[in-house]
Amino acid sequence: MTHDDTGGSVPALRTTGLGKRYGRLWGLRDCSLSIPPGAIVGLVGSNGAGKTTLLEMIIGLRTPTDGQIEVLGHTAHANTAESLARVGYVAQDHPLYPDFSVADMFHLGQAMNPNWDMALARSRVEALDIVLERKIKTLSGGQRAQVSLAMALAKRAPLLVLDEPVASLDPVARLEFMREVMAQVAGGDLTVIIASHVVSELERFCDWLVVLTHGHVQLVGPVDGLLEEHQMLTVPRATPDADLPGIIIHRDDSDRHSSVLLRTSPATPAAQAHQGWHTETVSVEELVMAYLLRPIKAANSSNSARGAQPSGPITKVMSR
Amino acid sequence: MFRFRLDGSSGVPPYLQIVHQVRQSLLLGYLQEGDRLPTVKDVAGDLAINPNTVVKAYRQLEHEGLAGGRPGQGTFITAASVPALRGAQGALRESLEQWLREADAAGLNDEAVTALIAVVRQDVKKEKVS
Repeated sequence: MTHDDTGGSVPALRTTGLGKRYGRLWGLRDCSLSIPPGAIVGLVGSNGAGKTTLLEMIIGLRTPTDGQIEVLGHTAHANTAESLARVGYVAQDHPLYPDFSVADMFHLGQAMNPNWDMALARSRVEALDIVLERKIKTLSGGQRAQVSLAMALAKRAPLLVLDEPVASLDPVARLEFMREVMAQVAGGDLTVIIASHVVSELERFCDWLVVLTHGHVQLVGPVDGLLEEHQMLTVPRATPDADLPGIIIHRDDSDRHSSVLLRTSPATPAAQAHQGWHTETVSVEELVMAYLLRPIKAANSSNSARGAQPSGPITKVMSR
Repeated sequence: MFRFRLDGSSGVPPYLQIVHQVRQSLLLGYLQEGDRLPTVKDVAGDLAINPNTVVKAYRQLEHEGLAGGRPGQGTFITAASVPALRGAQGALRESLEQWLREADAAGLNDEAVTALIAVVRQDVKKEKVS
């Protein structure tokens, strides 16, 4: 399973110049990405960055103002039974009918979904000791989340979208929820998009990243590739930006030295050549935070240079 | 069945933690030739980590000749405990102990030692590259 490219297969999710305008404001703009099947994608962004807008277009709840969005090669907002069946969705607040029993919810799911897998739904909750006759309102938050997940999985949808799925859960319930998701991915051809604010946990769950700020995609790609394309450089404070071999994502100046998170390309000569420079690899958390912290101006100016192909060559000329 | 642990705060990438644990368990004899490693699904579900991470770790172990996949059966330990490695480690350990005593005598604290090791390791890597 390589995630470096889609290997000729149909992407699980593909957007081209996708945009959504609310009145005069753009919630999301120029969003182009292609996610291979089998990926677990971490979708990160501050509140108002466009995450929910993107998610709602993926699940077919909103129609784009601009561009295209396809789930497994089919337009996402066609709003047909087939298009709805392609995406399983677990909302942040796990909306279920409080007076229904778990079994009632499952029957509802069966009535509404052509590929419903009742055996899967039942086995998931039984494995967690959730009794089918229990009313939803008597369940704990963690149990409700598990019922929501079981329902999303029982749809047998090839794409699973989780919106802050564990934000409201206690640590044990979080772990149990994510165990379930990871085991399901291991068991079959499932692609997962997880919107999350918990940056420190991304490395554990995700092999793809999409970072949104100010309604624009700032960073997208397989985690391994993105880590290779970035480095943390410690240089003397006096080093001018122009001497740094790549695009500066974040620079922290101390009295005598500066820490710089740099986006490089394989063609860039290694920065180690310089005396007094120190290079370190970047962690997923550092990488994501650096992009989230980028000022809007820098983010959008180099955005146009990078466009939607972050793994393409960096065109900035090295000056020395 | 062998079970892995995951330290979320160690800063070591999860796939490397899995590789390290197999290597270490081989050295300590907790894993032996012919033992079956847990399935990718079991590890992913147990630790709540990305299954591709487990695949990557197992591939690395295969690459190192420590484990091998048998179609339809799983991944098995193929290396006996590694005596050569063990011997080399013994000698390395002794020289490291000696070095650490000297560092301590020179007044270096843990942080200084770690920083020095990181810098020197980088220099050695550079030598290798050039």
